Amino acid sequence: MKEKLVIIGNGMAPGRMLERLFEAAPGRYDVTIFNAEPRVNYDRIMLSPVLSGEKSFEEIVIHGDGWYIDNGITLYKGHKITGIDRAAKTVTSDKGEIASYDKLVIATGSNPFIIPVPGHDMPGVLTYRDLDDVNAMLLAAQSRDKAVVIGGGLLGLEAAAGLSERGMEVTVLHIMPTLMERQLDPAAGYLLQRALEERGINVMCKANTKAILGDGKVEGVELADGTVIPASLVVMAVGIRPNAQLASDAGLTVNRGIVVDAGMRTSDADIFSLGECAEVDGQVYGLVAPLYKMAEVAASRLSGDETARFEHMDTPTKLKVTGIDLYSLGDFAEGDDREEIVLRDAAAGVYKRVVLKDNRIVGTVLYGETADGAWFNDLKRKQTDISEMRETLIFGQAYQGGGQLDPMAAVAALPDDAEICGCNGVCKGKITNAITANGLTSLDGVRAHTKASASCGTCTGLVEQLLSLTLGDAYNPAAVTPMCGCTDLGHDDVRRLIKAKGLKTIPAVMQELEWKTSCGCAKCRPALNYYLVADWPDEYADDYQSRFINERVHANIQKDGTYSVVPRMWGGVTSSKELRAIADVVDKFAIPTVKVTGGQRIDMLGIRKEDLPAVWADLGEAGFVSGHAYAKGLRTVKTCVGSDWCRFGTQDSTGLGIRIEKFMWGSWTPAKVKMAVSGCPRNCAEATCKDVGIICVDSGFEIHFAGAAGLDIKGTEVLGHVKTEDEALEHVVALVQMYREQGRYLERIYKWAKRIGYDEVRRQIMDDAEKRKSYYDRFVFSQKFAQVDPWSERVSGKDKHEFKPMATLSLEAAE
Amino acid sequence: MSAIAGNWVAVGTVDDIPRRGARCVKNGDMTIAIFRTADDRIFALEDKCPHRNGPLSQGIVHDGCVTCPLHNWVISLETGQAQGADEGATAAFPVRIDGSQILLALTPAAEKAA
Ligand code: SRM
Ligand SMILES: Cc1cc2nc3c(=O)[nH]c(=O)nc-3n(C[C@H](O)[C@H](O)[C@H](O)COP(=O)(O)OP(=O)(O)OC[C@H]3O[C@@H](n4cnc5c(N)ncnc54)[C@H](O)[C@@H]3O)c2cc1C
Ligand code: SF4
Ligand code: FES
Repeated sequence: MKEKLVIIGNGMAPGRMLERLFEAAPGRYDVTIFNAEPRVNYDRIMLSPVLSGEKSFEEIVIHGDGWYIDNGITLYKGHKITGIDRAAKTVTSDKGEIASYDKLVIATGSNPFIIPVPGHDMPGVLTYRDLDDVNAMLLAAQSRDKAVVIGGGLLGLEAAAGLSERGMEVTVLHIMPTLMERQLDPAAGYLLQRALEERGINVMCKANTKAILGDGKVEGVELADGTVIPASLVVMAVGIRPNAQLASDAGLTVNRGIVVDAGMRTSDADIFSLGECAEVDGQVYGLVAPLYKMAEVAASRLSGDETARFEHMDTPTKLKVTGIDLYSLGDFAEGDDREEIVLRDAAAGVYKRVVLKDNRIVGTVLYGETADGAWFNDLKRKQTDISEMRETLIFGQAYQGGGQLDPMAAVAALPDDAEICGCNGVCKGKITNAITANGLTSLDGVRAHTKASASCGTCTGLVEQLLSLTLGDAYNPAAVTPMCGCTDLGHDDVRRLIKAKGLKTIPAVMQELEWKTSCGCAKCRPALNYYLVADWPDEYADDYQSRFINERVHANIQKDGTYSVVPRMWGGVTSSKELRAIADVVDKFAIPTVKVTGGQRIDMLGIRKEDLPAVWADLGEAGFVSGHAYAKGLRTVKTCVGSDWCRFGTQDSTGLGIRIEKFMWGSWTPAKVKMAVSGCPRNCAEATCKDVGIICVDSGFEIHFAGAAGLDIKGTEVLGHVKTEDEALEHVVALVQMYREQGRYLERIYKWAKRIGYDEVRRQIMDDAEKRKSYYDRFVFSQKFAQVDPWSERVSGKDKHEFKPMATLSLEAAE
Repeated sequence: MSAIAGNWVAVGTVDDIPRRGARCVKNGDMTIAIFRTADDRIFALEDKCPHRNGPLSQGIVHDGCVTCPLHNWVISLETGQAQGADEGATAAFPVRIDGSQILLALTPAAEKAA
């Protein structure tokens, strides 16, 4: 007879335990799980990406329903255990189910702590623990209203970032003077606060919540000093408490959590406990890495190995908010017997602090640049005496030894037992062994075999570096994400092969690169069409059937199947004649909506497809050309009034913007390109959030790139400073050409630049005059074929079939 | 010119439609999209995506499917059924080729009713 194993709680800890148990003792137990949450086991850590919209719930499921079936597990979803009868060896659920056990595992996790202020139980007050909380927050976020998050720790800040990402106006209330004070020292806490504020999240420290206000539903939060903050949603993320009630009701020893020995056994030899609810050696844990260790110990014990023991470990903390890099480990309090080494780089927003005791690292805080976290962790764990490298320690591993700066060399230099994945406790040796032993070639392969980077994902970069180190050229990260289901090749490979093999038509690409479908799909065809246009400007015949409708008919499709038309308005400057022509067109074609766009020009919306050529004909007569508002190509160059009018203007920003737009219009790019030129650092044209921006200064022009203000918000990086307008134009054009040649289809400049490295872009465009010139020349060449106004072409009859029905049957059918 | 022959209406020739493209036929209030695949097969669907009525005739045609221009649902040209995880169908109309003439039947094929 199989032994009966019953588990209460279906979180990350018991999930891992079962995986290990099935490996160590297959078939030994009949497993039954009761879970109060009505669902399978998922990666709780990743709720924040679900909240912010970066992931869907399906993507964070760890064990799908099939896994339970395959392993013969009975999973009671939505059953909460209400009592344990230790004498009868049974548990009872709130739905009346009774199960008897030989061995019982309690893994009930934690309960979020709720501050019992007046109003805490009103609708609109949520905690942040499970998928239901996330769904409730998403629902509330649809209002795009105001939210308050109480608690400036890891969970609170992730909730705040997610809600803000979803369009809410968020205020974080934190009772301590700085954020995440348990993991960060005040300096790093301050930088973090500033970074959050830059994203539009309000942060109030030393804020003591007195009451939640509202009549039947939340309307605001009142602080002890009387301040009232309006809000329709309040998220409390002020801490967690081990969920040990069930165990204490059953008479087990409970302190802060359920007390277990180093083998995860409670005071009852047949009952184990693990996860956040368990207390080992006086400690409770709230991060998965130690919980996964507990899971391994419990699995060993349940499979009969009595030697496995849990040992205390420090786990680094990282915040999963895209764009904020932060790493904290160990103990960094000051003390007489402690010394510290600090590095600050205000311009780059970097702060690093290492706390030493007897020449050994006891704690580390890294902000802004965290790549050396694993190395510091390793030194700390091994208690390495650092006196030899004290002078350069803070600069990180790359500065030790031969003064190397290559991050790859840094990873290569890590010892085999250096921990790479904190969540799953996977060290370097295990990963490299798994790669060689199983012939792994992709990140997904490593995840499947070792779990490394499969939880919070912050070590993905390190794992990829290990893949390249182990496989050399055979590792091709692009292979991880094929362009689409029609091929196994990634975008970069396809681009390279198009050049290398001289492929000049879509069918040629599909044939030579062994496409798996006969004529591609809506993902790969537009991409291939772009690559071919960009690479063979003079030879390739554009395939309109492979363009999205907007680019095919040179107008933007609207939700009702009508189109909008946006003519170019160079640099945002217009005239009475142009405005009159627009007014006439609007009247003549009864265009329902005329709107000034966010790109400094005028949009006419609701035009019937059949009318497009006639509308364009009239606009063309007034001198208008297409504004390419529909194109993966140059959109607008926004300008401010500059030295022509403005008392602060240092250069002719309007003129430069118009010059750039006239030079670059018509070019196709991997994704849309928007630019702006501001006449002085007051930056009225908002140049510092554009794909390319120019800020005029007395001494010339500061060129910026890689900004974003759409789905993501990101200030630009500085490319460099030039003295003349001609130079500015040459640099901007070269930069865009570099992007045209290297970008992946639909990848905006900021993503491309981040992928290949800002410094690399600067090196090629600012420092290497020859390279810059050759990019510039190639752009100029391609413009010869691209600067044809698509509207006037169509007015003269091109693609007539697009704009006319093939037949109109009504009359004949009625006969 | 279109003419009705029995149940079948002549709506134009195969060459009127670009390969991997579509043209529209207006029939009173209804628009029917006539598609031509890479291998010159012809299909007809009501020009209305089952998702939110997107004009399928404006989509990208690939293999036997069209991807809707509004939110990228993929619709089978043969059956009008949404592919993959999406659910819904648009009316499919029988077509016949006579020489180079495309003949369209104005009663939707059975799939829709089923
Ligand atoms: C018309 C306009 C809104 C307005 O009334 O002001 C607009 C309208 C659309 N935007 Fe936009 N965007 C407009 C300015 C912007 C701006 C502001 C700007 O350009 O200064 C942004 C933020 C900056 C940026 O580009 O990121 C913006 C970020 C987006 C995004 C997010 C892009 C991203 O990668 O983050 C999309 C979605 C996309 O491209 O996939 C988008 C997509 C769209 C589409 C094309 C949606 C669609 O696929 O149908 C809308 C087309 C409506 C139409 O038919 O005209 N629109 N859109 C603006 C046209 C500017 C112009 O003159 O060309
Ligand atoms: C938003 C968020 C972000 C996080 N980010 C990170 C991170 O970046 N890194 C990190 O290391 N950790 C992170 N954590 C913490 C990590 O998720 C937890 O430490 C871990 O999931 C705890 O696992 P567990 O198995 O102990 O408990 P849980 O996963 O909480 O599982 C307990 C389960 O038991 C069920 N249960 C409780 N009582 C009963 C009962 N009486 N009967 C039946 N079922 C019951 C509950 O419904 C729950 O499903 C995060 C947590 C959250 C909420
Ligand atoms: S923000 Fe842009 S994409 Fe969104 S609805 Fe407005 S115009 Fe459309
Ligand atoms: S209308 Fe076709 S996908 Fe939405």
